[in-house]
Amino acid sequence: MWTTPDKLRAKGIIGMNRRNIRYIGRYNDRRLYPLVDDKLKTKLLAQEYGITTPALIGTVTTQFGVKHLRGMLEGHHGFVIKPAKGSGGKGILVIEQSAGDVYIKPSGAQIRLEDIERHVSNILSGLYSLGGSPDVAVVEALINFDERLSEYTYEGVPDIRVIVFKGYPVMAMMRLSTADSDGKANLHQGAVGVGLDITSGTAIRGVQFDRTRHDHPDTGHELISLRIPDWRTLLLLAAGCYEMTGLGYLGTDMVLDRDRGPMLLELNARPGLAIQMANGEGLRPRLDLIERQPEGGSPEQRVAFAQQHFARQSELREAEPEPSAVAVG
Amino acid sequence: MSRLPFYLIVGLLLVVGIAISVHRHVQLEVPWTPGEQRQVWEVEALVNFNAQGGPVMVDMALPTNQQGYRLLTENTASPGYGLAFLEDERGRRAQWSIRDAAGSQQLYYTVQLLVAPGSRAPEVESPPLRRDIVWERPYDTAAAQVIERAWGRSADAFSFARELIRDFGDERQGENVRLLLTQFERSPLLVRLLNQAGVPAREVSGLVLEDGRRRQSLTSWVQVFAEDEWALFNPATGARGRPDNLLLWESAGQAVLEVQGATNSRVSFSMLTHNQPAAAAVRNQLADDTLLNFSIHSLPLEEQALFQTILLIPIGALVVVILRVLVGIKTSGTFMPVLIALAFIQTTLITGLVGFLLVVAVGLVIRSYLSHLNLLLVARVTAVIITVIAIISLFSVLSYRFGLNAGLTITFFPMIILSWTIERMSILWEEEGPKEVLIQGGGSLLTAVLAYLAMNNPWIRHITFNFLGVQLILMALILLLGNYTGYRLLELRRFKPVTED
Repeated sequence: MWTTPDKLRAKGIIGMNRRNIRYIGRYNDRRLYPLVDDKLKTKLLAQEYGITTPALIGTVTTQFGVKHLRGMLEGHHGFVIKPAKGSGGKGILVIEQSAGDVYIKPSGAQIRLEDIERHVSNILSGLYSLGGSPDVAVVEALINFDERLSEYTYEGVPDIRVIVFKGYPVMAMMRLSTADSDGKANLHQGAVGVGLDITSGTAIRGVQFDRTRHDHPDTGHELISLRIPDWRTLLLLAAGCYEMTGLGYLGTDMVLDRDRGPMLLELNARPGLAIQMANGEGLRPRLDLIERQPEGGSPEQRVAFAQQHFARQSELREAEPEPSAVAVG
Repeated sequence: MSRLPFYLIVGLLLVVGIAISVHRHVQLEVPWTPGEQRQVWEVEALVNFNAQGGPVMVDMALPTNQQGYRLLTENTASPGYGLAFLEDERGRRAQWSIRDAAGSQQLYYTVQLLVAPGSRAPEVESPPLRRDIVWERPYDTAAAQVIERAWGRSADAFSFARELIRDFGDERQGENVRLLLTQFERSPLLVRLLNQAGVPAREVSGLVLEDGRRRQSLTSWVQVFAEDEWALFNPATGARGRPDNLLLWESAGQAVLEVQGATNSRVSFSMLTHNQPAAAAVRNQLADDTLLNFSIHSLPLEEQALFQTILLIPIGALVVVILRVLVGIKTSGTFMPVLIALAFIQTTLITGLVGFLLVVAVGLVIRSYLSHLNLLLVARVTAVIITVIAIISLFSVLSYRFGLNAGLTITFFPMIILSWTIERMSILWEEEGPKEVLIQGGGSLLTAVLAYLAMNNPWIRHITFNFLGVQLILMALILLLGNYTGYRLLELRRFKPVTED
């Protein structure tokens, strides 16, 4: 039921208090938070810095603007409407297909333009934003989710969380939604977290509800074969978010698009600690190593450094016999 | 980035806080625990005299703080008399005056004294040696012989005094002593002889405290000085030292009572003792409100009661900080549990818990209907506030009808806080499900109960109210906790799977 602080320290696990004081408090200037708490600001900033994000179809800022939705949506078959200041995936409306006046959600439910207009109106009045403050609706192109990964997820788009510390990608995991998590990619709601090797983008280990998993609970697909395509590009994008925001301890959420490759979905200035569970390893040794590195260096150099130092072997392999060379040598 | 200034501030707060508390304990006898009983003597002095029909001036010595006793309060009853308290080289004295008085008169003076074994005597300076002593014949020879006899058997001032007094004892009384006693009172005679021999001494008056005694008079004692020490001698026995139950009423060698314009004046004493809780004894202290003695007790009683509660809030906040930082309990609203705990103090725990659960449960049901109405946030919370007031009124009336008076205390709940709690829980229910509501609601209640237990503890109440320095210590503790980067207790469970392989 319980472990000891010594064991956690030996594993390099960092706790909430340490995260808050040593990393967020020290490396994240509160002045910069609005850049990541407002998805529209993040998006515009990302475009400025050449970081790929889902294409922006348009924004609705006034109730009057709701009337122009039809014109904005014309010609787009699939799109996503989200509140700029929403959190935890609230108020996100995904439309996969549209045929005339009928819009189809991923679940197959059909809605009409009036329903979409009411949803946007709700977003504007602050129904989904923190503290109920008035908000802006952001309309984005639908992500054409890479089908190579479809066996690893149930509904929902799997996203990849990379912790970027002082510009170095230090740890990564993929969050696979499940039937338990109701299509959401939140680990505490039952999504599967898969730790990813920083060097190669392959799966290290999977956890669901804090227990080790070797396959996806709904699709039954083995996790060991999971390999993120375009891994280096993804890491470069994540590392570039440091220059973009100036935040030293950052959680970047990325998705993979079939056509456009890795894209930045959103940023988090207070990333959670569950990534340590998915990786079966604490952040502390890696963060300590990065703290000893001098400032400066391009994203390419930082990614190369991380890939060189943070290599991990997968734990998902069935107990293979140890190479005999080890026994001899 | 140096942490030195931080630790300096914490250290300074700790040192100052502890110093102020210890100062109050040592200097003002404020006890560390509330249950401690303190013995208090109540002594009444009754001054009687026959006024001669003209102006009367009464001048009486008063006791001061001294070894073993501390003055709490004093009162006088002397209708028609002007009264002044004087403090000069003659010691502390009361002066009554009246322009025109005739017949038998009574003046009352009562004093409450705290038995304080730790109380130190104020520094007493040796009185100047009296060199103007003149003896008439044949007393001069008798005195010289008495002194010479005792001098021979003594080594220093104190042993000389002892031997001198012994020579006055019945079985050893020589004819010299008998001769002297025909002319002088015993105590003034002893003081004269001591001064004659070059030993500074004076006569002081004390009251032997015995419970329930009435019409007592002061007894006379001889105070003998040697270098920077002094000792008290019983003029009847020669015994050295002050008995524990002796209260020095007059200690400057002056007359206890001086009356002008009256005859037949005398003062008599009655006394009784009782035990009272230390806290009450502290409250009655005649505190000199210097900055160091800064105390809530100098405020009017009503404000004191208010402060008693206010000074407890840091304790509740400390409980919240400990539970969140060291344990990792989730609460709904950071300091909401402290406010709930404050309400529990008024309602008592069980009534409070039942009331809280009832209000929140009914509130959640009504709130879930409100969420269907799709209202703006402020309007929705306002609607919840009105709902909460309605629920509280309903419960109060119902419990009163059923004869449950405890139900009436439900009105002590902070209604706006309750409304926000309901609002937050309801959003949590919609977004994260009932499990998270149970975790955070249970965490909040647990925190509130622990904060209540801490804030309602008699010892903690006593300490926070009587030792303001404790607030600085709490501040230092909270600063230290704010600097804690170690694991939370619940993280030892959360991260356990990682350590298992």
